[in-house]
Amino acid sequence: MIQTFFNIEIIAAAWPIVLSGLLNTVLLSLIVVPLGLFGGLLLALLASIRHPLVRWPLMAWVDFFRAFPPLVLLILLFAGLPFAGLELGGFACVAIAFFLNTGAYYGEIFRAGIDSVPAGQVEAGRSTGLSRLQAMTWIVLPQAVRNVLPDLLSNTLEVVKLTSLGSVVAVPELLYQARQAQSLTYNPTPIVVAAIIYFLMLWPLVRLLSRLENRALAGRR
Amino acid sequence: MTNFERFLDTFFNGKVMLKYLPDILSGMVVTIELAVLIVLSGLAAGLSLALIRSLAIRPINWLIIFVVDLFRSLPPLVIIVLMYFGLPYAEVSPSGFVSTWLSLALVLMAFSEEIFWAGITSVHKGQWEAARSTGLSFGQTLMNVVLPQALRITIPPLTNRTIAITKGTALGTVVAVTEILGEASSAVSNSYNPSPLMLGAAAYLVLFLPVVVLARRLETKFAWKR
Repeated sequence: MIQTFFNIEIIAAAWPIVLSGLLNTVLLSLIVVPLGLFGGLLLALLASIRHPLVRWPLMAWVDFFRAFPPLVLLILLFAGLPFAGLELGGFACVAIAFFLNTGAYYGEIFRAGIDSVPAGQVEAGRSTGLSRLQAMTWIVLPQAVRNVLPDLLSNTLEVVKLTSLGSVVAVPELLYQARQAQSLTYNPTPIVVAAIIYFLMLWPLVRLLSRLENRALAGRR
Repeated sequence: MTNFERFLDTFFNGKVMLKYLPDILSGMVVTIELAVLIVLSGLAAGLSLALIRSLAIRPINWLIIFVVDLFRSLPPLVIIVLMYFGLPYAEVSPSGFVSTWLSLALVLMAFSEEIFWAGITSVHKGQWEAARSTGLSFGQTLMNVVLPQALRITIPPLTNRTIAITKGTALGTVVAVTEILGEASSAVSNSYNPSPLMLGAAAYLVLFLPVVVLARRLETKFAWKR
């Protein structure tokens, strides 16, 4: 059993491939997380204009991406756009799909955070002569982010896990490289190793989150 | 043809759509089957684990926490791939359908256990003590006093998670499950036209948009009455 699923020789042979996959996963995460955060912030700032003509389309936008599986979005871009004469490549498609999908999720979180800051804070800020934008940047956002930090972290965990979708469009991230190594060696060890790497990489974040969430829910009683 | 007509003809080609509509519909049936199985088994397993955890037997609780952490940190696609491509080496060959179902059910189990457990611990200790002092057993207290209160506050996070994980049925394509995305992708390569993909996208919206809207309403309802 260990010979099959955790074969040391295979690990040694596949390590360079798997390692390059890990680096790409880290790199991909470092690109798509800020991209999603930026998209989310943009959505939330727009939503803070409390006009129904702005708020309703935004809500529809967010609900659309909550209902739409990220893999379908990715395939739509990757397999659909070439028919419109637009060949973007796997990496760009992942970046766009994540910007849209995780941006919607981050946006919903930021929006809840901004809503959680009492209106009196903005009024106080404005009365000291700050502009709307300044009040938002220096008074509302810092408190908003602090209030929804567990949700932001939890979504970031999901985004990092979601980078594994890149394997479907041939982005050489961890899962893709592990599958390559598996088909080269006829042995499942590389996939097991990839799973262990994901676990070791994300476990600390999961522990932290579970503490934060327990505290948040317990605080609501 | 103008550009716009050409665009319509490529992406929303009526003839192609009509031809592959039956395939997409049968894909929808598979997606619904998968989704229902995942939600039922995942939530049932998650609630059971949370109830077992409330018995406070140390070694068992450590095990539960480890399993929950494991399935929260592994990407669902990695679990599916591991089951589908890995297990056959151990002489067990689950189908793509079973791999997807079990993997996503395990993920939902992990997330929902965490949420159910947080709900149970959020019920004040005094509630337990009061119920027990009136002569209710541990089980009766749990079922009639604690759970009803716990479940209320778990509803918003639970619906969110359940939707996010159930959407993962699309991952089944990777292991040859003939759900919506799988049917749509093969139709695209057969017809060399992206219209089936648009049809598939519409099918996902038809299935999941009502659930998302309903979840939003549930969220606001339970947020108000807390």
